[in-house]
Amino acid sequence: MSTAVKKEHKSARPERGGQATLVEAIRQGIWEEMERDPDVFVIGEDVGAYGGAFKVTDGLIDEFGNERVVDTPISEGAIVGAACGAALMGMRPIAEFQFIDFISAGFDLLTNYAAKCRYRWGAGLPVVFRGPCGSGVRSGPFHSLNAESFFLNTAGLKIVEPSTAYDAKGLIKAAIRDPDPVLFFEHKKLYRLPRLREELPSDDYIVEIGKSRVARAGRDLSIITFGAMVLTALDAAEELEKEGLDVEVIDLRTLAPLDRPGILASVKKTSKAIVLHEASRTGGIGGEIAAILAEEAFEWLDAPVVRVASIDTPVPYSPPLEDYYLPQIKDVVDVARKLAAY
Amino acid sequence: MDQTENTNQKNNGGGEKHGRGRRPGDERFQMRISTKYEPLKSADGKPLSCSTETTLKPDQQLELYRYLKLTRLVEERLVNLYRQTKVVGGVFRSLGQEATAVGSAYALQPQDFITPLIRDLGAVLVKGIRPRDIFAQYMAKAGGPSGGKDLNIHFGDMEKGFIGPISHLGDMIPVMTGILLGARFKKKDFVGVAYIGDGGMSTGAFHEGLNFAAVQRLPLIVIAEHNHYAYSTPTSLQTAVHDLAEKAAGYGIPAHIVDGNDVVACYEVTKHAADYARRGGGAVLIEAKTYRRKGHAEHDDQRYVAAGEVEWWETHNDPIDRYERYLLECNLATKEQLEEIVAGVLREIDEDCAWAESSPLPEGQQAAYGVFDNDVVPPAFRPGVLEA
Repeated sequence: MSTAVKKEHKSARPERGGQATLVEAIRQGIWEEMERDPDVFVIGEDVGAYGGAFKVTDGLIDEFGNERVVDTPISEGAIVGAACGAALMGMRPIAEFQFIDFISAGFDLLTNYAAKCRYRWGAGLPVVFRGPCGSGVRSGPFHSLNAESFFLNTAGLKIVEPSTAYDAKGLIKAAIRDPDPVLFFEHKKLYRLPRLREELPSDDYIVEIGKSRVARAGRDLSIITFGAMVLTALDAAEELEKEGLDVEVIDLRTLAPLDRPGILASVKKTSKAIVLHEASRTGGIGGEIAAILAEEAFEWLDAPVVRVASIDTPVPYSPPLEDYYLPQIKDVVDVARKLAAY
Repeated sequence: MDQTENTNQKNNGGGEKHGRGRRPGDERFQMRISTKYEPLKSADGKPLSCSTETTLKPDQQLELYRYLKLTRLVEERLVNLYRQTKVVGGVFRSLGQEATAVGSAYALQPQDFITPLIRDLGAVLVKGIRPRDIFAQYMAKAGGPSGGKDLNIHFGDMEKGFIGPISHLGDMIPVMTGILLGARFKKKDFVGVAYIGDGGMSTGAFHEGLNFAAVQRLPLIVIAEHNHYAYSTPTSLQTAVHDLAEKAAGYGIPAHIVDGNDVVACYEVTKHAADYARRGGGAVLIEAKTYRRKGHAEHDDQRYVAAGEVEWWETHNDPIDRYERYLLECNLATKEQLEEIVAGVLREIDEDCAWAESSPLPEGQQAAYGVFDNDVVPPAFRPGVLEA
């Protein structure tokens, strides 16, 4: 992660809109929501004076004070539990995990308390649990996790992961305003990626949770993916275009609840599907999506639904190992060619 | 408890009871444990009564008696319903330790919050939750506060300051910490009581929650009910400390040891701790020494308990017997008055139980509702397969 925190250190209030990277977009979104609603506050490790490990909360403490930017001990259980308690009191906490890998230390309170409160006694908890996820940045087994599969089988948690700056801002705002707990995963490889820098509108917009987007329209094959793998899919699509294959890329944006109509509409159009994700293959979200397609789009399919995902190992550290672990553009292209032959 | 006030100096290092491994006279090892309300000794063979030093008014003393009896008799009725298979889950008793929950909760003000454990039904009742809600919850009825979705006291009532627990011990300590953090944001002035046991104190969540509350100087009162067993595990296999109150030192907070079977002492010590927390002192730990006379739940045959142990507590240290003795000996009530209170309690239980029994079970499809706000996300109905 030595290159992750470069230059973009701005403690001042972010602009409303304008050119922004993904991390800056999230910071804008949190800042604007804290201005809009006095019940919104930030809680986590090193989120105050230091501004968070990736500077997502940079400058907030100067603007909003340590009452609304709460530094905690190294206690993910306390962070999750306290966020839930504060939400019961009518607050809208934004709880940060320094790395999403550490969400495991708060797993009990997330899955048993946060997720089940509304169902058990009608107490909806409007909390955002956010943090940097994802591999490909040479961070090894404990700073590279994609955690969505841990939570997909727990009813009561929404899961969001943006892949553009525009979506990141719109979705973090939607998550903060949501009446239920939202896990907000931010791929750290995308935080400051120049390719994702874009002009954001200056108005107050949100991106609706639960809706996918067509990242690239195509006729021949759908790649259903999210997060950093959207870029892998787009790059693969470009290569395949040279071979005359017109690929559609669906960016899920929300992983729970899944946008079934969006997924089905794409596959019913193209009749072929690759499900691409960065987490390990077995038990990953790809299996769930493949099952949806088998149950609900069988008669439209012209080829098997294929998963392209990481191998079933922890995330290794050394570059050649991690590159082997992760799905590469070539892996997607190879599978697409095979599907095209059907 | 201020630093000096009420701190029993005999505990400062080297004491036989609390001094293991501590160097006498070393201030760093002084423990801020007040033992003013420690269990009374009955060396003279006289039956145990309750503390006579109290700020309770006569009518409050009778109300306390009413809550003690209400707690025990609601539980006895639940056992009857269980044996009639009307309770679909387990029944968890607080037999023999009712005074801790009742006395502590009674010391709170209406705006204060509690998060009890399963053996704190008394605290839930003191907070104003009606027996009918408890009966309906146990019988999984639609009319219960959770509509049949969760069991026993696993629900909450924000108006009454009651946050029900979940089964995962320790989790409610950080949640109550968050309630108090939220109250600070909202400029609401109240204290929070979180109940825990000798077993629950071994969890990471307990540590994380209490540590954070202590750091933030939040008005959290943790009541550790030392009832000697966590399911079948004795305290000696749970922790290496002698008194659970010693654990307070690890959080830099004061502690009290109280006789958990003396309802007056439980009231007084909690009032004292609540005043301290309300004044901005921060978190406090209270260890209540008591004893769990029943098994973990009704099915538990207690094969792990030494012969005669339960019987000793039943005959020598029953919290309700002690309080009755106290009320009668101090001429605070007559036998007739107490009988009248019990008759009133039984009437209430009959009425509420009948109400709960007449409440229907929920419709199966209700299971699909309420995972999320259904105005935003539709209910999770069982999907049709291979349709259309």
